[in-house]
Amino acid sequence: MSNVFLYTGLYLCLLMIASLYRAIFGPTVLDRLIGVNAIGSKTVILLLLIGLIYGRVDMFVDIALAYALLNFTAVLAASRYFQKKKGLYEESS
Amino acid sequence: MLDIIVIFLLISGLIFFTGGAVGILRLPDFYTRLHPAGKMDTLGSLLMVLAVALFNLHDFTWNQLITSLKIMLIVLFVFVLSPTATHAIVDAGVRAGLKPWTKEKK
Repeated sequence: MSNVFLYTGLYLCLLMIASLYRAIFGPTVLDRLIGVNAIGSKTVILLLLIGLIYGRVDMFVDIALAYALLNFTAVLAASRYFQKKKGLYEESS
Repeated sequence: MLDIIVIFLLISGLIFFTGGAVGILRLPDFYTRLHPAGKMDTLGSLLMVLAVALFNLHDFTWNQLITSLKIMLIVLFVFVLSPTATHAIVDAGVRAGLKPWTKEKK
């Protein structure tokens, strides 16, 4: 049963690499923000799976909970900052 | 029996995450890319966290029950915070003046 969680985590890492393409080559700044948000929501699941593999779920739950709140705060602060910026449309074309 | 339910929940969550990643890569516009990123990640997170919380209960003690309740608290946070973050990104795009994608190029 531990192999199932290992392969699930590996496949999740593959999906995170696919989302990293949008975070690097995105046409606008907000596209990069979408990629970072998708990677962060997959990282919470990956932390729980690492906790199941090591057999210490009670410790990794707190880290995952703190990471979910930190990811939300980072995305919210970045989007509030970039809405003041003009000229995002010129960068995309 | 419990293992079969856990594996089924994990695989269905991975299918939803795959749909979200393909949508983020393939869709043409900023606003259309937010549609899979906002919804697929929420439902995939619900299914996979439910699988972890269910597998944690297979030998039942009170400490495991408290841990499973904390895992379900993550689902509660994701259900509140992920649509809020998506709405904040859309709001930033609208106020910065990004035009939506149309089929004919002007």
